[in-house]
This record gives sequence, C-alpha cells and structure tokens, in this order.
Amino acid sequence: MAVVFKKTSMLTDVPFHYCPGCTHGIIHRLVAEVLEELGVGNDNIIGVAPVGCAVFAYNYFNCDMMEAAHGRAPAVATGIKRVHPDKLVFTYQGDGDLASIGAAEIVHAAARGEKITTIFVNNAIYGMTGGQMAPTSLPGQVTTTSPYGRDTSHCGYPVKVCEMLSQLDGPAYIQRVSVHDVKNVVAAKKAIRKAFEAQIAGKGFSLIEVLSTCPTNWGLPPQEALKWLEENMIPQFPLGVYKEI
Amino acid sequence: MAKVTFNEESCKGCGLCVEACPKGILRLAPVRINLKGYHPAECADMNACIGCASCARMCPDVVITVEK
Amino acid sequence: MAKVLMKGNEAIAEAAIKAGCRFFFGYPITPQNQIPEYMSKRMPQVGGCFLQAESEVSAINMVYGAAGAGARAMTSSSSPGISLKQEGISYAVGAELPLVVVNMVRGGPGLGSIQPAQSDYYQATRGGGHGDYRLPVFAPSSVQEAVELMATAFDVADKYRNPVMLLGDGMLGQIMEPVEMIQERSEPLPKKPWASGVPEKEGRSIINSLYINPDECEVHNYKLERKYQEITANEVRVQLIDTEGADILLVAYGTMARICQRAAKDAYKQLGLKVGLVRPITLWPYPYEALKNAAEQPSVKHVLSVEMSTGQMVDDVRLAVCGAKPVSFYGRTGGMVPTVKDILAKLSSIKEGM
Repeated sequence: MAVVFKKTSMLTDVPFHYCPGCTHGIIHRLVAEVLEELGVGNDNIIGVAPVGCAVFAYNYFNCDMMEAAHGRAPAVATGIKRVHPDKLVFTYQGDGDLASIGAAEIVHAAARGEKITTIFVNNAIYGMTGGQMAPTSLPGQVTTTSPYGRDTSHCGYPVKVCEMLSQLDGPAYIQRVSVHDVKNVVAAKKAIRKAFEAQIAGKGFSLIEVLSTCPTNWGLPPQEALKWLEENMIPQFPLGVYKEI
Repeated sequence: MAKVTFNEESCKGCGLCVEACPKGILRLAPVRINLKGYHPAECADMNACIGCASCARMCPDVVITVEK
Repeated sequence: MAKVLMKGNEAIAEAAIKAGCRFFFGYPITPQNQIPEYMSKRMPQVGGCFLQAESEVSAINMVYGAAGAGARAMTSSSSPGISLKQEGISYAVGAELPLVVVNMVRGGPGLGSIQPAQSDYYQATRGGGHGDYRLPVFAPSSVQEAVELMATAFDVADKYRNPVMLLGDGMLGQIMEPVEMIQERSEPLPKKPWASGVPEKEGRSIINSLYINPDECEVHNYKLERKYQEITANEVRVQLIDTEGADILLVAYGTMARICQRAAKDAYKQLGLKVGLVRPITLWPYPYEALKNAAEQPSVKHVLSVEMSTGQMVDDVRLAVCGAKPVSFYGRTGGMVPTVKDILAKLSSIKEGM
C-alpha cells in the first residue's frame, strides 16, 4: 500500500497547542501543505504571526518566522518583502488582530498591492484572551464582552473584510472559504494555493479569509461548533471569490 | 484495502474525524487514554476503510496517516 | 570631501545612506518632514527602499520586519510620532533587532508645538515602551555631529543588536550648516546569521519577543541587562569644555549646549565667572562618571542643568553629582528656547548666592 495522506514537512513536529477541535489546526495544515507543494523551499518562505491564538505559529511552520505585535503583521511583512522580494512572505492573523487593531495595516497593505499573502482566520471572537467580542462577532452573539448578545445599535456590525478589501485596486486575489466540512477543507486548500500563486506571479496582494471555529469560547462541542459556523457565520460572511485579476 | 494509523499522543479526542468518516468506522477509544488524558481516535473496522482520507482532512492535529 | 551647506534633516538622511541604510519607513510630521522627503528622492537612486507608511505605528513595524530580514533599516519622526512607535521599539528590543529611530523633538505634551524642545528626555532615556529595556541615545549638537553619529548609531545597533535613537530637535533639523558628509561605507555590512531569508542564515530564523514561560522570560531579560552593562561600559560619549577649575558647571546637550557655550564665554567677560560645560553626547548611557569628577573639583561651587524642558536631565545630573555640590535647573519649554541672556541672568543670581 502507498501512503496517500501524511503530515507535511512544512510543519515541524511540535504538537499544536490549540484547543481540541479548534480548526486553526486544519488551517495550519492546509497552509503548510500548499507551501510544500509550491516547492519554493523552506528557506525561501518567511511567515509572520502576530498576537492571537496563532502567536506560537513560529513553533509550527517549518520556515523562517517572525512574531509581530498585535495587528502589525502586514507592516512587518511589508518590511520583509521589501528586503527579500524574491521570498514568499505570508501573514497568519486572527479577526481581532486583522479587523480590529490591525485594520489600518491590512487596508494599506492591500491598497499598496503588497506582494504578500494573508491567511485571515475569522472565528468571530477573541480566542487567546478568553472569548471577548471581535469586530466579526455576529449580531446577538454572546461573548464575555457582549454578555447580553452583540447589540448592533450599541457596538455596531460585523466587519466584512473580503467585501471591504476587494474594493481596492491593490489586491490580486481575495476569497472567503470555510473549513467546517471535508468538501470545504479541500476547497480552502485550492484557494490558499491560488493566493500564494498570485504572490509568486507578482500580481499583488492576496488574502484568504477562512471561517473557523472556537469551540472553547463559543461554548460548543467541536462538532456542534462546525454546525454553528455553517448555520450562522456563512450567512453573515458569504463564501466566494471577491477579487481575482 | 486501506489503512489509517493514528499518532495517538497528538490526538485531543475532539471527534471531528469520527463525524467525517463516510463509513462511520471511527470512534474514540472507549477506555484507553493518551498521556494528555484524551480518549484517542481509533478505527473499529479497518477492513471497511476505503482510504478516502476524509478523517485526516478534518483532523486539527495531523494525527492520521492514510495508506491505500 | 568638500563642505556643503545642508539642512539638518537632509544631512541626517544622507548620512544614513552613506552608513549603508537602504530601508526607510516613515510618516509625515513636522519638524522632521525633510527626512522622509529626502529619502523618497535618494533611496531609489541607491537601490534602496523608501516607503511612507499609513502611520508611525506601521512604520516602526515595517522597520522591525526589514531589520529582522537582515537589512540596515530606520525610521524618523517627532515626539507625538515617537510616542506611537514605543510599542514597536519595545518589541524590537525584545527580539534583539538592530534599527535606528531618529526623533526631532518638538514642544509637548499632546499636539504641543512644532518648535524645538528637549521634553522627550525621559521617554528616550527611561524607555517610553514597556518592559526593562534601554536604548542607546545619541544627542548631536550640530549638523556635522549628527551626520557622524548616524554612522555610529547603525554600528552600535548592529554591534549590540539593539535599537538606537538619534535625539535631535526641531532646530537641529531645520538649520542649515556647512557639513563635510561622511564617506560611503566601504566595508561590507556585518553578517546577520540570525536574520530571516539571508544567505548566511543558520537553520530556521525565528524573530520573536514572546517568552511565555516566566523563567525563560527572566533569563532573556538578564541577557538584555548584560548587554546594557556592556553598552554602559563601552559607549559613553561626553564632551567637557573648560571644566578645569571652573566656578560653575553648566550641563546641557544638543542645541542647548551650543547656546550654553556662548553663555559660558560671556559669563567670564561680564560676570568674571569661570563657567565650564559638560555636554553629554550619549544621553543613555549617561556620562555620570565624567560629570561627577568635574563637579567634585574644589573650585566648582554649583552645577546648573540647562534644558529646553521643565527639567528632565537634571535628575541625571543630581544622580551624578550625588549631593557633592548644589544642583539647580534652568529652562524654557513648549518650543521656547533659552537665550544667552536668560542663562547669564541665572548665572549671576547663582553667583550672588555663592
């Protein structure tokens, strides 16, 4: 028998620290598999992971990694890409990081057409800090800082990153995907690959928004969290390609 | 004929693979626990496995290797 | 090289390029605008990169990325912008990244004013960001010295893998003076095997300041502390002017030191006072030893710290003198600049008290 599925060499052998059933792990694997399959070589890839559940990404991705301040990964990645235009540069960010404190950085990296790829993990909550409301928390969603449910008249509406950034001319590829079932996991990998290919082709900025779960802070068992994502997040954040040049 | 193997110490017993298996042949070990105290996933009927790797694709901790 | 009449900001930018800096990330703020403007013209000419960031916060993080990728990189700003960069500077210290930050200080706090000031002394020397850390801070008092200190700043940053600050002020940035530009750096830039994506890399490069286990974080902090002790031992720079047998010592840095030099000469003619000047060139590490020795001379009756602030360096003067002699302060703030006349008036009132 031949091996048809095994762990990619783009992941180190450090076990993930993520909570049981958290789909960060799936997304890490997809990014790593794509990076391996692109064949550019570990030494030619530099990743940036800022503060958030994925702050330990430098332990997991088997390439050069930088840990950035909360929200600043696109700026750090800009500095790297300008120094090493030939290297593949990506950021791996959460929704609090990208859509809240780092909103200016992501908008301007996109507007500049910075030739980096951003993997944007949207789980509608601040995971690492214990479940606070995020810019992408859904109307009515209960979190530790919206205990009565997110009241849009009080603290506004979810930020739609793909829709927002696709209005700019700098981005070359923007797609929103999900990992709540096998079919979508396979589709997400294709999307991630297209984003990195856009970078390699020098077309401009690329971003993949991946709807993801947070069983611990949603207060749901892992399998129900996937269902919650499908029934609640996808209507709020429609999947699809938002920019492709 | 296909085969799945589990790196049991990395498993966190989240059960996503069990749900993803089209053949419904995966389960969490009823009694056995790993060093972290989780019931690791296991295959109850290896002969029925078709090697589709759905389980491995849904696993958040890259526990599963699939052969075919 | 022949002398050229240059504006302070532009001379500083050119000196950075001569020192091998090829990456500048900045943001507009008076009174340092000529630095990014000059860089935007020159960097493309030398195959470098100038990028105007969306904010000072982004700019310092771009420098973090570029420095982490092994390049000589810098940013410049003025007081409010430097406040925005403090978190980024603290991260760069934690990740041990060599980079240069230029602060052309203006009146504060808040929006303040755009005229020269020295009211960022605490922020610069006590670390405006979080955590136990220090920055070597160089305070030039002329455009020529600023040019020379830019090369020093990059060398010290690389040598110790620590951010370095060049602290000027609005006046130093705006005045034009004849300058002999430094030579283009001839030897290659130092190898950085720790950096990302560089050929001399040894295995996987990880640029990081997170140490989630407190015991590891403490070990890291003590490593940085040893670095600061080494810098304190090796990098103090100070100028002593006519301090031998002086009656009164002035202590002043940067633009203020030039005015004090003039006041010291006039004090002799007009007040019959022998006035010496201690001019710190590094604000951190501070020249405590040199100031202590000068102050402890039997002839010295008083030490006067003169600053464009409400008195910040005077704390360090007191630390140095340590009660051996009376220490007092004179200054203007908000962008107002003490004049020679003001200083002479203060000196004569001290003389009466002697």
